[in-house]
Amino acid sequence: MRWAALMWFLAAVLLLSVLCATASGRYQVPFAKVFAILAAHLVDVTSTWSPTDKIVVETVRLPRVLMAAVAGVGLALCGAVLQGLFRNPLVGPQTIGASSGAALGGVVAILFFGFGVYVYVGAFAGAALALLAVLAIHRSDSISPVLTLVLAGVVVSAFCAALVGLATYVADPETKLSDIVFWLLGSFGSATWQNLALISICTGVAAAVLFGMRWRINVLSLGDEEARTLGVHPARDRLILLAATCLAISAQVAVSGAIGWVGLIIPNLARMLVGADHRRLLPASALMGAIFLVIADTLARALTAAEIPVGIVTAIVGTPVFAILLRRNAKSRAT
Amino acid sequence: MIRLDDIGHWFRSERWLFRHLSMAVVPSEITAILGPNGTGKTTLLRALCGTLAVKEGSVHASEHIGYVPQALNADQAYSAVEMVLLGRSRFLGRFHAPGRRDTDRAHECLAEVGLSAIAEQRYDRLSGGQRQLVLLARALASDCRVLVLDEPASALDLANQGVVLRLIQRLARSRGLSVIFTTHHPDHALGIASNTLLMLRDAQHLYGPAGSVLTDDNLARMYGVPVRRVDVRSGGETVSAIVPLHGLSPAGPAAN
Repeated sequence: MRWAALMWFLAAVLLLSVLCATASGRYQVPFAKVFAILAAHLVDVTSTWSPTDKIVVETVRLPRVLMAAVAGVGLALCGAVLQGLFRNPLVGPQTIGASSGAALGGVVAILFFGFGVYVYVGAFAGAALALLAVLAIHRSDSISPVLTLVLAGVVVSAFCAALVGLATYVADPETKLSDIVFWLLGSFGSATWQNLALISICTGVAAAVLFGMRWRINVLSLGDEEARTLGVHPARDRLILLAATCLAISAQVAVSGAIGWVGLIIPNLARMLVGADHRRLLPASALMGAIFLVIADTLARALTAAEIPVGIVTAIVGTPVFAILLRRNAKSRAT
Repeated sequence: MIRLDDIGHWFRSERWLFRHLSMAVVPSEITAILGPNGTGKTTLLRALCGTLAVKEGSVHASEHIGYVPQALNADQAYSAVEMVLLGRSRFLGRFHAPGRRDTDRAHECLAEVGLSAIAEQRYDRLSGGQRQLVLLARALASDCRVLVLDEPASALDLANQGVVLRLIQRLARSRGLSVIFTTHHPDHALGIASNTLLMLRDAQHLYGPAGSVLTDDNLARMYGVPVRRVDVRSGGETVSAIVPLHGLSPAGPAAN
């Protein structure tokens, strides 16, 4: 089976890229040593590594690399689901306003409650409100639903960005401002095992729901009216799917700041490989998203002496790919 | 199985689209719905399928209705067999995906419309006629007892119109399906329908056996164009056709 072979291949690539990412960086740990350090948890391996090697691999790099992988899974899954739900391949967590909504929610939480678990709650609420706002502006029966949806996302994003600006303006520069800026810039550099556990739980729950409803997404992607004639009532299903999407996006934004483009381009690439059926598209997107973000984050920290924000790397790769997709989309609609 | 009791509906304008409309459909019977654009044919189908709540009267449907929309939009790149498999959705819970049996059923239904060969091809790359047949197979896969089709032959060439109409007729006979379809071709109604509903302007309508409703006078009244029914003898059988008298004549010397 071609699809199964592709999944195994992607899984192998992911494993390999995680190991390579853990090995690379300014402090070089040879690939074999990384493997030995990790294997030592399972079997007896005679130590050939220094204590520094072990700390770099286990405390600094591995949580970061795994966090990038989990964030990639979440973003790509959400992108695939949003594209299916809104019947629009140009939709992603960022274009739909959810990412900036989560950023606003997190900033407001820091402003009023300080740094802590409230940031997650705030980010989730912000993402959910932004999505609801986009849904309220968007009308599926408008003349150009695809365009209004993207524009609604732009509007909501701009509004959230303005409020984030306002929040940083009024924030106390002695205490809150640095917290807010640090959090907004967010990178996988702040990864700890604790952080990783948090994002993994949120993304895991969301992924279980989204993957569980993979066939329902197929049905909803035909539009409400057609879904109803097929015996499926779309309203509640869509609400569950959007809630799960918000959970994954807000968890990702909360630990590593808004990262664009992954959720937009990865599902499109995955669709070219495995087709539109979400039973195959979701697993393929998840694996490809993880691989992409692990590589992007490794480039971000290893390419130059000073670390580049990972969002810049994803944007540099993502924007040209998006431009190509836009062209293809326009062409296929014209014919 | 499916009964409309004195139903009526209007949209924003408060002008009745149709009113006092009653009809019943029984197994193996084919009903054609004709009417000029904007008289509410598709609205009536939506009411039948339960995706639209009518303003007046009631719709009784004791069975699942397989709805076949016009095969116009195709913005999802599913394969033909995946498209058919979507018809199984009503048997699947929220967290369930179709299994082997559903897939087998989908392939059976594709075979029934004669499209086994293109099962794995992308739906959005099929021809209009093939898409229409795939959507028909999807309705069959939902194990419906009633088939509702919105202009199944409108976008098709002459040969494919025949393919779809014959298939509808065969399904009604062999499976005992009730079929309701809309069309702009009175010929199609004459060809396969036992009953016909004519939707006229100003919320008027005529309903009855196809042969007695589809008269020259009724059709002329409905379309506002004089028409004539002609019988063409071919081999042993007589085929009826409705010819509109538009008053057109080809340009050139022969027209004089």
